[in-house]
Amino acid sequence: MNRLKQLFENKNKPLLSIYYTAGYPEIDSTVNIAEALEKAGADFLEIGFPYSDPVADGPVIQESSQKALHNGMSLKVLFERLKELRKRVSIPVLLMGYVNPVLQFGVENFCKAAADAGVDGVIVPDLPMYEYEELYKDCFLKHNVSNIFLVTPQTSEARIRKIDDLSNAFIYLLSSSATTGKQLDVSQSSETYFGRIKAMNLKNPLMIGFGISDKKSFDKAAEYTSGAIVGSAFVRLLGEPDYMNKISSFVQSIKGN
Amino acid sequence: MNYHVNEKGYYGDFGGAYIPEMLYPNVEELRQKYLDIMNSADFKKEFDQLLKDYVGRPSPLYLANRLSEKYGANIFLKREDLNHTGAHKINNTVGQILLAERLGKKRIIAETGAGQHGVATATVCALKGLECVVYMGEIDIERQAPNVARMKMMGATVVAATSGSKTLKDATNEAMRDWINNPVDTHYIIGSVVGPHPYPDMVARFQSIISEETRRQLKEHTGSESPDYVLACVGGGSNAAGMFYHFLDDQHAKLIAVEAAGHGVNSGESAATTILGKEGVLHGSRSILMQTDDGQVIEPYSISAGLDYPGIGPQHAHLFKTRRAEYVCATDDEAMQAGLLLAKLEGIIPAIESSHALAHLEKMNFKKGETVVICLSGRGDKDLNTYMKYFNL
Repeated sequence: MNRLKQLFENKNKPLLSIYYTAGYPEIDSTVNIAEALEKAGADFLEIGFPYSDPVADGPVIQESSQKALHNGMSLKVLFERLKELRKRVSIPVLLMGYVNPVLQFGVENFCKAAADAGVDGVIVPDLPMYEYEELYKDCFLKHNVSNIFLVTPQTSEARIRKIDDLSNAFIYLLSSSATTGKQLDVSQSSETYFGRIKAMNLKNPLMIGFGISDKKSFDKAAEYTSGAIVGSAFVRLLGEPDYMNKISSFVQSIKGN
Repeated sequence: MNYHVNEKGYYGDFGGAYIPEMLYPNVEELRQKYLDIMNSADFKKEFDQLLKDYVGRPSPLYLANRLSEKYGANIFLKREDLNHTGAHKINNTVGQILLAERLGKKRIIAETGAGQHGVATATVCALKGLECVVYMGEIDIERQAPNVARMKMMGATVVAATSGSKTLKDATNEAMRDWINNPVDTHYIIGSVVGPHPYPDMVARFQSIISEETRRQLKEHTGSESPDYVLACVGGGSNAAGMFYHFLDDQHAKLIAVEAAGHGVNSGESAATTILGKEGVLHGSRSILMQTDDGQVIEPYSISAGLDYPGIGPQHAHLFKTRRAEYVCATDDEAMQAGLLLAKLEGIIPAIESSHALAHLEKMNFKKGETVVICLSGRGDKDLNTYMKYFNL
């Protein structure tokens, strides 16, 4: 069974996943950050492979991607680093990025390299469901790599059901239709939306992402789902001096005890 | 061979809708409704009326006598430069604003490079009293100050795209981000035959008026609606898509698309996508784009801001791969000389984009009596500064 499924089945507290961009702030920081995050209590990791034109991302992740590319990060380099990472980190690891670098790497090569490097799942926001089903699904399943789909407040119920059928790890619930790095709007309407999805009793667990940046938004998300994903707030921290020594307190400030 | 989009949104291997889930409801709504709306009597009536009274269509098909004499062929210019706002871009924005209105949208966003599409969008928003936000690369805002002023005069807000290379590609990214963040009341007027399905098809249909008129006008001029050659320049490819549209199944007509070679195809400063590019996904569709081995998009270069784009529309990728159209390129220097030549021989100063199509005439060998149609996609007013600098005028 893959690490992700195990994690969701055995969980007794809300799960915290942390996103950060590979190769940022330095080309060699990726593995060290992962290790520090596991030690600090993060439950799983989403490592972004950078792309020149990340349309779903706000300024913080855009800038980290550009810096990472400048530092020489690529899928090829990342897969090499991940082998090292797997020797030191045991929590589940997902890769997140855009479809074009995957196409150039080759879908089959990508799935195989991901599996070999101990990657548990993949999030590709601009890979549509239709193309996934027709061209990618068999390859993902063969290598036991889970594909994670996104759901927004505008996604129809029929489409959510279909996404639930195609998913085998968890569903990534966007707090609102937004690019990354916006503050969570803990309004009546978003609570109605979280409640509506929860009431659908989907077979896959849910995680909420986009706009989760602190304990308050994390706790709110966890009322409705298995946990939440923090991205931009953590990437911002990585831009600060002495960031390695701040990782532990950052994770604690969100998860509490 | 079918050169049009299929029901899945593909032209052969190209097209599709590679968009994040946040954009799916908007794009899907458009996909479901665009053909019904465009085919409705009410839409057609208003569209035709505006093209006639507001845009000034039909645009003339002009037999360029002195140019014809020089090259030994009958060369016709399709005068899109005479349209309101000075280019073919307005054909598409008029169509899309009527569509947006019928979808109940209150706010319009657009991307622009040189500012021609931004101006054409601001124009139709003023016409309809809709809010208009135009994304433009920070560098292009500096380079194209008069067009920024035009947009502002017509009430549009011009937002600087400060990410990446700060040009057209990044303005497009910013417009997409805006649409993600405003999923309900906003329509995105894409300016070229790029983007997720149904945009490439929708924009090509709005621009197809160019070839529809051309066939009719050619028949009046020559007795035949079928020329030997049809030429147009290609950045994203909207004027070429419109110019080729009604000739795609006319195998007698050889279609030639001219890309911008910048300082030369192998100079490292070029926008010749079909030569330098590989298959991949950019801005929502699978096509051909200039990219590194790692799949990062490469910044293109051309003296012409309208051709300075790292991809081409998916239909063009299909026409290229099936060889229905020939894709060639012209350098900055070749285009500038062709622009000057047209000014001197015909008293017409073309947009530098269109000059690329004209430049290819130098490389062609005509048989006596052959007929050529060139899409003169825009006028050169916006490029005077560039012409002045280049020729020391």
